Amino acid sequence: MTADVSSSQPLVELKGISKRYGDLLANDHIDLTIERGEIHALLGENGAGKSTLVKILYGVIEPTEGQILWEGRPVAIGSPVEARTLGVGMVFQHFSLFDELTVAENITVALSGNWTLSRVRERLGDVSRAYGLALEPDRAVWTLSAGERQRIEIVRCLLQNPRLLILDEPTSVLTPQEAEHLFVTLDKLAADGCSILYISHKLEEVRRLCRSATILRGGRVVGTLDPRARSAREIAAMMVGAEIGEVRSGIPHEPKGDMLEVRGLSLAPADVHGQALRDIDLTAYAGEVVGIAGVAGNGQSELFAALSGERTVERADIIRIAGRACGTEGIDARRRLGAAFVPEERLGHAAAPTHRLSENTLISHAAAEVSRSGFILLNAARRLAQGIVKSFDVRTPENDPQARKLSGGNLQKFVIGREIIRRPKLLIVDQPTWGVDAGAARLIRQALVDLAGEGSAVVVISQDLDELFEIADRMAVIHQGHLSPLRKVTEWTKEAVGLEMLGEAQLHGASHAV
Amino acid sequence: MTTFEAILLTIVTASTPLLIAALGELVTERSGVLNLGVEGMMAMGAACSFAAAVTFDSTILGVGAGMLAGMAMAVIFALAVLGFAANQVGSGLALTILGLGLSGLIGAPFVGARRNPVEPLSVPVLSDIPIVGRLFFEQDLFVYVSFLLTVGVALYLGRSRAGLTLRSIGENHVSAHGLGLPVLRVRLLAILFGGACAGLAGAYLSLVYTRFWSPGMTAGRGWIALALVVFAAWRPGWVLVGAYIFGAATVLQLHAQAAQFGVPSQLLSAVPYLATILALLLLSLRHGRAIGAPGSLGAPFVPDR
Repeated sequence: MTADVSSSQPLVELKGISKRYGDLLANDHIDLTIERGEIHALLGENGAGKSTLVKILYGVIEPTEGQILWEGRPVAIGSPVEARTLGVGMVFQHFSLFDELTVAENITVALSGNWTLSRVRERLGDVSRAYGLALEPDRAVWTLSAGERQRIEIVRCLLQNPRLLILDEPTSVLTPQEAEHLFVTLDKLAADGCSILYISHKLEEVRRLCRSATILRGGRVVGTLDPRARSAREIAAMMVGAEIGEVRSGIPHEPKGDMLEVRGLSLAPADVHGQALRDIDLTAYAGEVVGIAGVAGNGQSELFAALSGERTVERADIIRIAGRACGTEGIDARRRLGAAFVPEERLGHAAAPTHRLSENTLISHAAAEVSRSGFILLNAARRLAQGIVKSFDVRTPENDPQARKLSGGNLQKFVIGREIIRRPKLLIVDQPTWGVDAGAARLIRQALVDLAGEGSAVVVISQDLDELFEIADRMAVIHQGHLSPLRKVTEWTKEAVGLEMLGEAQLHGASHAV
Repeated sequence: MTTFEAILLTIVTASTPLLIAALGELVTERSGVLNLGVEGMMAMGAACSFAAAVTFDSTILGVGAGMLAGMAMAVIFALAVLGFAANQVGSGLALTILGLGLSGLIGAPFVGARRNPVEPLSVPVLSDIPIVGRLFFEQDLFVYVSFLLTVGVALYLGRSRAGLTLRSIGENHVSAHGLGLPVLRVRLLAILFGGACAGLAGAYLSLVYTRFWSPGMTAGRGWIALALVVFAAWRPGWVLVGAYIFGAATVLQLHAQAAQFGVPSQLLSAVPYLATILALLLLSLRHGRAIGAPGSLGAPFVPDR
């Protein structure tokens, strides 16, 4: 149960909160108590009702019934402005930022009261230093990495001296060191009396940070407990309502034949704020999973673009797929060599939001069975989509829905399934489980390991170190466009990876004068 | 006054209504709303201002009536696109057609009437500067207002808290709503401002530029104002530059026609429009991509409640 807290009254009490959308009960009589200075975890799969509950608490949506008590007084939180006035701060999972505006403008616009740009700029420096959240006030947000964007969200809240800080999956874009740093910050905030509602599916983090946790499933509270007193497996089972197995390792295999060979890949950034790639060497053999770790914005998207053929390089022999030099060829040509690609952004890059799933199969299957002499074979496309939905357990609200109607996890299962079902000899995937719930993430990782087990080469670019340690055979770290040597995963430690992520290993090695 | 000076003066007159209408549309678009009804609002502004000015024999009342008429049209548009989240392109086109028709009806009794020229206000000292002085400091009030409006809009968007809110809403209305910014209220005010500006531009056309009313006298200027916003990459300073380039092209092609260069007059009439296309092309060449468009432009917003 909840830990002992000396102050008599909890900061926030939710009593019987329900939210109904038509027939769907997104929140079903939820009770939740957050003590003062407590870091309280809110756990649950995607679709469990966490976001709805948090939006109610932040005044974005109104509950259908139920009561919110703030320090024992009933309150109606009618808008985010009222929430902020009460002292609620929110770090959104899908960042609520404005791409064309600068960092300072993004912060100013979200602050209630008489904040001016110059005052924000001033305080930004203080907060950045105090919590190690470095930010350049005049950079436009569209030029920033996901990690930096999240820092804006956090700083934005801290400037308002919140009494309750809500964080939605905050560590998914951080290095282990940065995450640890954040935990220290949160511990410090909690010690100062600020309550924190911490939403995550990373159980180890929750056990590190929180003494109490509320678990949601299907819109209901299925348990309130001390996460340190239970095993991660037990908690995970409560979240999904069933046991989550570990990813089975692939059949032990001797790597044979290199499916991907990259020699001396250098590439100028696509825009002024992008990251240049510097002399990257990379091989992936048939039958192995190669992991590329790194903090967002260190050249991952550029590397993915170069490998997939979205951007071509000046000499064909810089990139070889299945032995064929193809650096100057585009995506389709590389697909014909047996490669498949899954970009980071699900909606808009991997899938067209307003197109149905069947139409979305055309994106990577156009050359194959779903079109003939320029015409779409609608029935074949539908059958294909249905096959993917079935074999990858994609849960859809209706038959053949538009891609945007799927939850993040389900859409990700679909786009990865779409590529795997082609039985590629080489699969390159960028951030396969970003913002995806535990059950879907496990399924995706298993599918990647299985694909390698069947003799394909799989390259996984990921910020999730646990994921890479779980599924990769060999691993390298990308930092400022430079790739560390590939080593067996058993030869890496998290600390060593963390140092490479921060570029410290290079400094120690003194091979680069920065 | 030399011919050269006279030409320059007509350029100012031709550019002013474009500038005013484009500034209004710029603010509307920066809030994320695309109002294609500028032409219709302008036509209503021209008709109502002329009718009021003649009836009450007052330029001031005329101008007020013109702005109110533009705003009344804007209210209809706002009701459709904000109240009912209707398609903005369709609603805007309908507004243009409605405005052109309705203005013809309102203006019908006043066809043939004339107004006296509006007295210019000269700025002491400054108006004595050769050429530039006569050009910019001995003008009617509208011209000064158009310059003040440019500076005002630029300061509002770039420097003020309210302008930052408006830009944020135009950039991403979902995020803005999530942060508690009043998306629909700000958009309503932006649409009304756009309507008032279009009405004022219309009033300038009938009260200063022609000094009479005839149906369809806006002659596509509302559309040019819309193009100017894109040309200016949604920045007020560039709207000013664009409006004067456009005004100059309009006036110079008239003189070129009169000078009989042996070029078909139709081709010369097309010069301002060709100039726009060329300018847009050069602009996109320099930047390599379409720039400045607000992220949520044209997308209807329905808050989730």
